[in-house]
Amino acid sequence: MMRAFTVQVGPLGFRVGSPWSGPIRALEWLYADYPKPADGIPDFTVRLEPVSALRRWVRPSVAIRGDFMLPDAVPTSLAHGLLAAEMAMNLQVAMGERRFLLLHASSVERDGKVLLMTGESGSGKSTLSALLGEKGWRFMGDEFALIEPETGLAFPFPRPVSLKNAAVAEMLRHVAAERLGPEMIGTPKGDIRHLKPPIDAIRRMGESGTPALLLFPRFGLSRDVRPVPPSEVFVRLTQASTNYTVLGERGFEALTNLVQGIPACAIDYPDTETALALVDQLWAELA
Amino acid sequence: MNDARILAWVLADPSRAAQLRPHQWTAMLTIAQAERLLGTLAHCLAGLDVPEAAVRVLDRARRAAETDRRQALWEAEMARQALAPIGLSVLLLKGTAYLAAGMDAGRGRLVGDLDILVPRDRMDDAEAALLAADWEWVKQDAYDDAYYRDHMHELPPLIHKARDRMIDVHHTILPLTARARPDAQSLIADAVDLGNGLCALCPEDMVIHAVLHLFADGDLSGGLRNLWDIDRMLREFAENEGFWDRLLARSRHHKVTRYVSRALRLTHHIFETPVDSYLAWQGRRGDLFYTGRLLARNGWGQDTAKLLRFAFYLRSHWIRMPPLMLARHLFTKWRKGHQPIP
Repeated sequence: MMRAFTVQVGPLGFRVGSPWSGPIRALEWLYADYPKPADGIPDFTVRLEPVSALRRWVRPSVAIRGDFMLPDAVPTSLAHGLLAAEMAMNLQVAMGERRFLLLHASSVERDGKVLLMTGESGSGKSTLSALLGEKGWRFMGDEFALIEPETGLAFPFPRPVSLKNAAVAEMLRHVAAERLGPEMIGTPKGDIRHLKPPIDAIRRMGESGTPALLLFPRFGLSRDVRPVPPSEVFVRLTQASTNYTVLGERGFEALTNLVQGIPACAIDYPDTETALALVDQLWAELA
Repeated sequence: MNDARILAWVLADPSRAAQLRPHQWTAMLTIAQAERLLGTLAHCLAGLDVPEAAVRVLDRARRAAETDRRQALWEAEMARQALAPIGLSVLLLKGTAYLAAGMDAGRGRLVGDLDILVPRDRMDDAEAALLAADWEWVKQDAYDDAYYRDHMHELPPLIHKARDRMIDVHHTILPLTARARPDAQSLIADAVDLGNGLCALCPEDMVIHAVLHLFADGDLSGGLRNLWDIDRMLREFAENEGFWDRLLARSRHHKVTRYVSRALRLTHHIFETPVDSYLAWQGRRGDLFYTGRLLARNGWGQDTAKLLRFAFYLRSHWIRMPPLMLARHLFTKWRKGHQPIP
């Protein structure tokens, strides 16, 4: 018997099913402020299932399945079921989305203009977007930026932010603890807590914006700013996109338009205060 | 109804989609995705009144199928260029053939590997030409390689170094160890030229190949899609005068009439395909097991009817190998820690 949870995030609706109530209850809490899929029909179905019948009860182990699956996806423990759910939802988008060009990037918006931040795991792009979301920007998402090829507009995908390791303590300096989900210790991605986005980010999750600036942040280095030439931006973004190849010509056009339309900088920073000051400075220079 | 019947019901008559409630839409779309029939469904529902959310899902599938189509036809062209210098034309099988021939069965269909048919005495030449054109062996152990070469109807799979796409080079349409032995020479002799240096089997052989692929060469995984291919072909080819008589004669020639007959009954039952009643009632009964297996999927996209699935898995080995050989094969696989049930 499957317990079901549905949610709409930005332009995409999800259905998550599981025989365990734990992950479903955790999702219901984390997404309490989100609407349900339009027309009652989700875009993607996710299943969090026992890897075998026995493993539902004995040392429960969660397999990540759904419309789109990776044959070698590693199961998680039931205690990390929420992480499994988030990974499974990301996987559906990464493998299944065809309307939007997906960029593995966080994004925030101000005055209709969008700041995109992309980088490797640990670069701080998630934490930065979450912090900016508390400081006058509209949080649009920490995982995927959705670029509509026909218009060049960026659409929000404001999932709860997945905070890792030291980022948890950093965010607790800026937000109330009630907005943070359960602690998941020792996951394959480190210690993780999810942060509910500001209510405003959820209410306005249908509003797109025009990309205006692209940053490649790197945490843990002394302050530095370097412009990145379009050719390099292009190559780095093809690697940061999960569906660039399958979009074919549409993907190529969307990406070249984006790259030619906005400036890009690599920023190195030793702490969040420096990063926020850099963002303010670069944003002001756009005008 | 907790099986794939809802999908078959709408595919058979797309106007029925107007009666669906949201949870039924969700179940149908999920089942279609799991059965690799979502692009097909998108094509069937084009132009009909569909809820906005379902339009988005179907649009995504339509785009995915279009990308697949372009890649599949490009692979066919690449194979043509590789084999033309040694005087071999590319005889396409299955999905790529449906696409290249512009058949209804190709609409919205996903295509995985490129399958081609080559005369058995030219297999070595074809292999050499493909290796020279940057295809390479998929890494596998010595037992698997020897098994392919001794007992299968195809070369071990090749993958292209740069494009990462697989090609299966067949010399007939069933494993050599299978009970049925279709006449490979006549398959090639009666092939149809599609232009552009590409060929396909003649219509009757196309149907027969799809039937054998479904019933005589596997455990019916993805069977609903294969049965749908048969439905589309029968509807399209039946418009030509004398098709059913030719199909009967050809089935007898290849000695596979009972398989064709069963396929006709099942596609008639599941997709409401108009079929020739004489040909459909040849051979044995037992269709309920097949119907159950073909529709064994629930609205969450999960496999159901585990026992029936396992029975068909066992059957797939039984029909492909004589008992002694099967015992040896399973022993070898077991010793290597092979896990048969996915």
